Amino acid sequence: MARFIAKRVALGLVTLVLLSMLVFFMANVLPGNVARRVLGPFASPTAVAQLNHQLGTDKPLITQYLNQMKGYLQGDMGKSVSTRQPISDVLWPALGHSIKLAVLAFLIVVPLSILGGVIAALNEGSTRDRVITVGGLSATAVPDFVWAVLLLIVFSLGLGIFPSTAAWPDGSGVLTQIRYLLLPAFCLVFVLFGYIARMARAGTIEALDADYTRTAVIKGLPQRKVLWRHVLRNSLLPTIAVIATQVGYLMGGLVVIELIFNYQGIGQMIFRAATQKDFPALEAAVLVVGVVFLLSTLVADVLYSILNPRVRLGSADQ
Amino acid sequence: MSAAAPPPPSAVDPLGEVTAALGPPRDDARLARRERLQVLFHSKSFIAGAIIVGFFVLCAIFGKMLVLQDPFAGSPINGLEAPSANNWFGTDRLGRDVFSRVIVGARDIMVIAPAATLLGTVIGTALGLVTGYFRGVVDDVLSRLIETVLALPVILVAVMALVSLGPSNLTIIFVVGFVFAPVIARTVRAAVLSERELEYVSAARLRNERTPYILFAEILPNVMGPVIVEFTVRLGYAIFIVATLSFLGLGVQPPSPDWGLQIFDHYGLISGGYWWPVLFPAAAIAILVIGVNLIADGLTQAFER
Repeated sequence: MARFIAKRVALGLVTLVLLSMLVFFMANVLPGNVARRVLGPFASPTAVAQLNHQLGTDKPLITQYLNQMKGYLQGDMGKSVSTRQPISDVLWPALGHSIKLAVLAFLIVVPLSILGGVIAALNEGSTRDRVITVGGLSATAVPDFVWAVLLLIVFSLGLGIFPSTAAWPDGSGVLTQIRYLLLPAFCLVFVLFGYIARMARAGTIEALDADYTRTAVIKGLPQRKVLWRHVLRNSLLPTIAVIATQVGYLMGGLVVIELIFNYQGIGQMIFRAATQKDFPALEAAVLVVGVVFLLSTLVADVLYSILNPRVRLGSADQ
Repeated sequence: MSAAAPPPPSAVDPLGEVTAALGPPRDDARLARRERLQVLFHSKSFIAGAIIVGFFVLCAIFGKMLVLQDPFAGSPINGLEAPSANNWFGTDRLGRDVFSRVIVGARDIMVIAPAATLLGTVIGTALGLVTGYFRGVVDDVLSRLIETVLALPVILVAVMALVSLGPSNLTIIFVVGFVFAPVIARTVRAAVLSERELEYVSAARLRNERTPYILFAEILPNVMGPVIVEFTVRLGYAIFIVATLSFLGLGVQPPSPDWGLQIFDHYGLISGGYWWPVLFPAAAIAILVIGVNLIADGLTQAFER
């Protein structure tokens, strides 16, 4: 077990280093001349040279990269080009806000989609199954900002049940905060439902076909018991893995959702950095999202191997 | 007596035997293809998807010819008028007819998304063939690189690259294509892994065929099913991503009547009661994406039987 986890962590670290290089490449090499991209075509050459010096982008790329990584490891993410504030002052609170929204979305979507998937599996091939499967996949395929504006039109403008922004008044209680977060959370729910439901459905169908289920039925266990003790316990394994991989997807979705609902999370921060060509802030925020994603994948792998010894033993052989 | 005796086995034309052996499988392939088409045309989701996508393809091709009003002309005095007999979908902030903008707005996304998907499919298929066939070091290195790109939400990679390179339709095609390549490579690699163990590949190797020939002339035709399915699935995502990029101001640039751009221009007005300049382009995106997914659903049914 320890060997398996150590191997996963080592692979994760390799990916992390490669990821930091990729993000560095996109923020510092792709723009050509960084300060020129920030200041635009009409800035004077001296101003460009000065900003490049200030950002450290006039040094050799290797030095730049190593300096930056040293800073990141010490918790120093550099300063924003547009606000001149330390990036970490904005980034960590923003990440906290985003996690709040993401957790709410997960709390809604996980039970809902597992329920949907299991119902679809128990009625395999029926109309109910088709509706859940095709409906779920269509909901997933429609971009999150489209869901956001549609939900806004129906529930905020039409029915007037929910506020049109996620920015709650200062000093609101938890319940008010949740009311403000429900619409944005549901946009994420729509996008995630299809995937998780599909995995739960596939897992349940497989477990229903398995020999141990047949044995349980034949030996006369009540249906409810077969379902809980034999089917679900096995069918939800792959679902757990999918849920964790969706964290990355969720972080991507946050960019547009937070923008539409004016929510001060990391997505809004990425959008602002992108429109202002604030490369240092953009780089830091995207890297943090990548780290969150890698961590959740790691947790998923470990959790999966604890629940399913076959995975652990199988990969130890390789 | 002796003339009627069958010729000794060595006298049998070897080529004839080979062609005879090749004959039935080729018929099988044709039969399978016909069967696949039959499944496709009996699949309700495929037909529905094809009708939807066909409609938007027509909009993209004929654009302005289909509408009575100029999608670019209007004056702010007539801005934000509710849907009426004159303007079926109302007018936008600048007084332009929303209906004609939704029809004409199909063009950019219907060019960019398929082009980006095609680019990603070509690169990804080549990558997948190479990594799946060679295994070993090449596979390990490329797989790790692929995993790195996949560790970021696609939309963030696209946003970053477009901020760095500056938005233009061609840049979007390249960026989305490159981001898709690793995902497609992973699917193709999985298909190649099982193909490479089959006899026809060993036969080709024994015939001393060159590796590119084995990859592209022998294996590729046999993994075309997954490639086609993957292409349609990715096309749905490409529409998702291109629309989102336009919505973020990093995609198609004004004055194009692109749907994502229209929503971006007007979503702030929803709470003021002006829902029509947002609802119709949003519905167009949703319907197109669902159409593409219905086609993908039908193709999956036809190929994965």
